[in-house]
Amino acid sequence: MMEWEVVIGLEIHAQLATKTKIFSGAATQYGAEPNTQACAVDLGLPGVLPVLNKEAVRMAAKFGLAIGATVAERSVFARKNYFYPDLPKGYQISQFELPVVACGHLDIELEDGSTKRIGVTRAHLEEDAGKSLHEDFHGATGIDLNRAGTPLLEIVSEPDLRSAKEAVAYMKKIHSLVRYLEICDGNMQEGSFRCDANVSVMPKGSDTFGTRAEIKNLNSFRFVERAIEFEIERQIDLIEEGGKVVQETRLYDADKGETRSMRAKEEANDYRYFPDPDLLPLEIEPSFIEAVRATLPELPDAKKARFMEQYGLSAYDAGVLTASREMGDFYESLVEQAGGEAKQCANWMMGDLAASLNKENLEITESPVSAAMLAGMIKRILDNTISGKIAKDVFAAMWAGEGDADAVIEAKGLKQITDTGAIETLIDEILAANPEQVAAYRGGKDKLFGFFVGQAMKASKGKANPAQLNELLKAKLDG
Amino acid sequence: MHNKTIAELSAALAAGEFTSVELTQHFLDRIAKYDGELNSFITVTAEQALAQAAAADARRARGEAGPLTGIPLAQKDIFCTDGVRTSCASKMLDPFIAPYDATVIAKFQEAGAVMLGKTNMDEFAMGSSNETSFYGPVKNPWDTNAVPGGSSGGSAAAIAARLAPAATGTDTGGSIRQPAALCGITGIKPTYGRVSRYGMIAFASSLDQAGPMARTAEDCALLLGAMAGFDTRDSTCVDMPVPDYSAELNNDLSGLKIGLPKEYFGEGLDPAVKAVIMAAVEQYKALGAEVVEVSLPNTHLAVPTYYVVAPAECSSNLSRMDGVRFGYRCENPKDLEDLYKRSRGEGFGDEVKRRIMVGTYALSAGYYDAYYLKAQQLRHLIADDFKAALEQCDVIMGPTSPTTAFNIGEKKDDPVAMYLADIYTIAVNLAGLPGMSVPAGFADGKPVGLQIIGNYFAEARLLNVAHKYQQVTDWHARAPEAFA
Repeated sequence: MMEWEVVIGLEIHAQLATKTKIFSGAATQYGAEPNTQACAVDLGLPGVLPVLNKEAVRMAAKFGLAIGATVAERSVFARKNYFYPDLPKGYQISQFELPVVACGHLDIELEDGSTKRIGVTRAHLEEDAGKSLHEDFHGATGIDLNRAGTPLLEIVSEPDLRSAKEAVAYMKKIHSLVRYLEICDGNMQEGSFRCDANVSVMPKGSDTFGTRAEIKNLNSFRFVERAIEFEIERQIDLIEEGGKVVQETRLYDADKGETRSMRAKEEANDYRYFPDPDLLPLEIEPSFIEAVRATLPELPDAKKARFMEQYGLSAYDAGVLTASREMGDFYESLVEQAGGEAKQCANWMMGDLAASLNKENLEITESPVSAAMLAGMIKRILDNTISGKIAKDVFAAMWAGEGDADAVIEAKGLKQITDTGAIETLIDEILAANPEQVAAYRGGKDKLFGFFVGQAMKASKGKANPAQLNELLKAKLDG
Repeated sequence: MHNKTIAELSAALAAGEFTSVELTQHFLDRIAKYDGELNSFITVTAEQALAQAAAADARRARGEAGPLTGIPLAQKDIFCTDGVRTSCASKMLDPFIAPYDATVIAKFQEAGAVMLGKTNMDEFAMGSSNETSFYGPVKNPWDTNAVPGGSSGGSAAAIAARLAPAATGTDTGGSIRQPAALCGITGIKPTYGRVSRYGMIAFASSLDQAGPMARTAEDCALLLGAMAGFDTRDSTCVDMPVPDYSAELNNDLSGLKIGLPKEYFGEGLDPAVKAVIMAAVEQYKALGAEVVEVSLPNTHLAVPTYYVVAPAECSSNLSRMDGVRFGYRCENPKDLEDLYKRSRGEGFGDEVKRRIMVGTYALSAGYYDAYYLKAQQLRHLIADDFKAALEQCDVIMGPTSPTTAFNIGEKKDDPVAMYLADIYTIAVNLAGLPGMSVPAGFADGKPVGLQIIGNYFAEARLLNVAHKYQQVTDWHARAPEAFA
């Protein structure tokens, strides 16, 4: 059986986090009543003209610098002409021949721990279209132009990706980057970050790419992976059965887990691109680029390397804790307040905190347990006020809004028992109550040690210092 | 009242000879009386005009009047006017009530001017005879069998017939200058970028420019001063201070170097028109000007270049007229494609459709390089011609149009003959230069316009050159007898 090589390129659309639209002064906020955030320019009324939002340019330049790309000193806005009801002007203002960002790259991590460099062909500025609403209109279609004119950065990769997993790793990397740069909120449910995937297969070792299909509008990492995997299999099956892949646009149906043909590319529009005469070529001064460069934050790769070095974290831990700028900030704040317990801090963040956030679908910035609160709790573990096990209860109580660690420990009486006498009394009671087990243990059944620990812990309501308990229990049983 | 220039009307209003309400009513009466025949207005906004006039009178009473306060003007129906139908002379926009004012309109409102109504024009400004209007052709006041020129034919005819003292026009390939010439009035197309295009319905965005049309250069100077200036809503508008055009009007012309391009006096030019132009040149010599021959060797490329660039841009600009959000929508569309096809098919006239098709073709994959890109390269050659010529002279002069007004229907079915009516004006738009047309005499009883072309942002110089000529001639003061 023939072996196949997969070739994938992604076109990611990142909605830029500007306050106003790319060519008008209307607000970009998500979720407003239909057509309340569309001004005359967004509606494409006769006579209106576009004026470029400089903030969108700044954000595009920031992205370009972050991926080691060229930020063009001169780029050109072009009109992409086609008719669609949610495209008010009958053309989309985009960039075609001369994009604002070209020739960048970023490194992704593969499953085996190695890294792979993925080329970014270009990133260009364009305006989003509105939305067609097909429900609730009884056979008619409603048009909501709130989204029309929202700035997008379309980030086009080289066809360097060789599996669905690589595609997802790349997409996640871009997702993390745009959020680090604070140029996109990355909200995939709201469509702020979505992608089209160009997928083809070729016999392994071939130097000619196969015919590609483009899967449109994938708005979750999971969909990207599943859609690409389905598409790879579909293409391979098709070819092996003697068929041919046709160049076409396909849609991913998340319910059925399959892609299906939307339209053949041959029938697609001739977009008749030409430079938009309403906008002058975009000229960016070197001084502007330098000013933007000065605002670049520490980028994910650099931060990860620093975390490994500075905090002695594993590559995996450092990767998780630098996945977003907010995660990294939380972690550093936590370590500082917890007195430098880097590993313990990492464990709590990646353990109970991550699980709780995940469960309630919250961002780290929305966590009810702040870095200060978590640090306060870790300090109580370090000073033996509570055990690690009790700390889990303290964390849950803090999460539930019952106050900081000290308040919870006080209110619930969770302070660890470290008084030797008190623990000895406990142990004596347990041994007295279980003479048969004591005899069995002393007769060689070592495994019963755990039984005594459990009983003692239970009797102390979990508050006995585990190390002391172990030591004293052993002394009593063996003595 | 109706024979006075704006400068004279402004003085009379200031002196209290009459009020703006009286003046406005006078013009409204004349429109009611004469425009049935001329068809120069699409919409007359009588009620609004009188309210604006009353407000202008009140403003004058408060001592806050400027030179244009209370002056009635006609606005080409290409400018969006808040709450008033803005049709662009198309069935497509017949139902369109603009929800905002174009920058030019807003500026005139700030100055306290009064809007009499919206003037007729070629549909979407595509035409040189005003015959493509959905509202019917406009007649030339000098000869009602003849066209007034286009596309700003309604504005030109209304001024010539004394239905308005002045009006706005727009000029993409000669649409201010050619009708000004054919109707015997004065009009100036400023440098591209001098006047904001915001709210002016786009025909060919890289060529369109608004300008004033009036009886005298002096009036044009006043009006241009009000219209010009930077606008943050138009990215192609130039951020440059607006000079006091009126202050430069009387500058002496001795030593002025006039360039006569030999290509503008060759084949195709009506000898009677040529004689009028040469007489005007003689007049300039008498004013102290020197004349040199210059050459614009790529003149023959202007019309073909224009008819790639303008249709290409218009094919895209007019895509928003799709029957979805505003304007004409066909009845009972059976699906989306039917909605598009019939709304546009029924809403646009033949000339507009012709240009959309030509432009769509020129931009199509595989043809773009051969047509659009090539045309853009030719624009540079044409601009270079003017640059070289203007190194040898201060202004270029020649005929605005190769003939006087032709008859209605004469060229309607021959688009190429019609396109050649703009042979002397089109290159100026392609180069982005300012140009104006000034009444210079008559041939067979019909007006002839002298075209004056200057360097970028030399509007003050052009107005000065025209004004000095109008001080020693009276062609601009002649009125067609029936409308005197």
